[in-house]
Amino acid sequence: MINTNFFINILRFTLLVLVQVLVFNRLNFFGFINPMVYILFLYWYPIKENRATFIGLSFLLGLFIDFFSDTMAINAAATVTIAYLRPVIMNFVFGVNLEFQSFKLGNTTKVQQITFLALLIVVHHFVFFTLEIFSFTNLLLILKKALAIGLATLILCLLFSTLFSVKKE
Amino acid sequence: MRQIINFLIRYKTFLLYIFFMIISLSFTIQSHSFHQSKFFNSSNWVTGGIFQTSYNITSYFDLKSENQKLVNDNKRLRHILYNSKIKDTVRIDSSNINYTVISGQVIKNNYADQRNYITINKGKKDSIKQDMGVITDKGILGIVENTSNKYASVQSVLNEHSNINAKIKNTDHFGSLIWNTEHYNTVQLIDIPRLVPITIGDTIVTGAMSSIFPENIPIGTIKKFDLDDSKSFYYINVSLFNDMTNIKNVYIINNPNREEILKLEQETISNDQY
Repeated sequence: MINTNFFINILRFTLLVLVQVLVFNRLNFFGFINPMVYILFLYWYPIKENRATFIGLSFLLGLFIDFFSDTMAINAAATVTIAYLRPVIMNFVFGVNLEFQSFKLGNTTKVQQITFLALLIVVHHFVFFTLEIFSFTNLLLILKKALAIGLATLILCLLFSTLFSVKKE
Repeated sequence: MRQIINFLIRYKTFLLYIFFMIISLSFTIQSHSFHQSKFFNSSNWVTGGIFQTSYNITSYFDLKSENQKLVNDNKRLRHILYNSKIKDTVRIDSSNINYTVISGQVIKNNYADQRNYITINKGKKDSIKQDMGVITDKGILGIVENTSNKYASVQSVLNEHSNINAKIKNTDHFGSLIWNTEHYNTVQLIDIPRLVPITIGDTIVTGAMSSIFPENIPIGTIKKFDLDDSKSFYYINVSLFNDMTNIKNVYIINNPNREEILKLEQETISNDQY
């Protein structure tokens, strides 16, 4: 059981990095929209796992994306932030349901899933573009980019998660 | 002591987060100064190899248009050659050469970020070094920033750190070429004095001040111009000749005299201080 989970995560990690750098970093929709689908890794990652491993893995994921897209360590910083904040966001979205032993992401309502994903994306993009642009004189530019790219990311992530979701019993 | 250990255990995830955050922030802030980080660039062998594989597959799709571009470039060069005054054979003497040219292909191109870098498939093995100029058949592209054995990353002109000496064609009024990060087709030329007569449509070329690019390599045409805040210099929007979204074949320019020039300039500056 642990082994299959482990391999699934490794596979996800590699595939998401490759899809991100080879397909979505070259999309340039409207000249600047490059959705960041690799956030799905943090959305799909099992909930009851060691938090330290999870944060370490997220850092590595961000770092790999950074290597490929020449963005210093901005992706790593943003990804580590949402990895750390994920339990807080989950508490906010799922509330008491989280306490149950049989809690699974697939069993929650569509609205909850979308809110969870959207919150992850909002925090990630805000940190990312703040660091990228790095000055508050450009606040409008930060908001514009975060909003447009965040929306594109959300739509694509939803499509992906529907496409690859495990069937409900 | 025990309390410290308890504290560490209780906040271990938070401390881990802070630790990773500090690592990434220090890498990011460090590179906000002039040069890109030595390790965080796409010219290393893993990323370069993956981009090269992807390039090998996708390069077939636009072979036809790329060939057409190269033929057009050849046609232009032949036109210059046949109409030049020198009819005899040109003697090539290696001590006489000012610039050497190396060809390469773009395997990764970015233009949507604030700091865009391009990766090319030539590196140290092909004697590419930092601060060599990169151009296409239409105009300038950027400056080599980092090299690995087989790949090099190039700081594109579409980078907020980019600063290239440029002038208005057929004059000697020079300024700096920068990018305000807004549009991938427009760069800005600053520090041209107000008394210079310019009109929309004038051509901008590289200046003679830098030892990176040869003089008179085309950059773009003036799209719009205005006075800057000090009211004594122009702020000129230049639309690039290059289509930055579609680049394949590039030429890397090496100036063998660059080290000598830099050394001389250094000596002059240090002599001035005494």
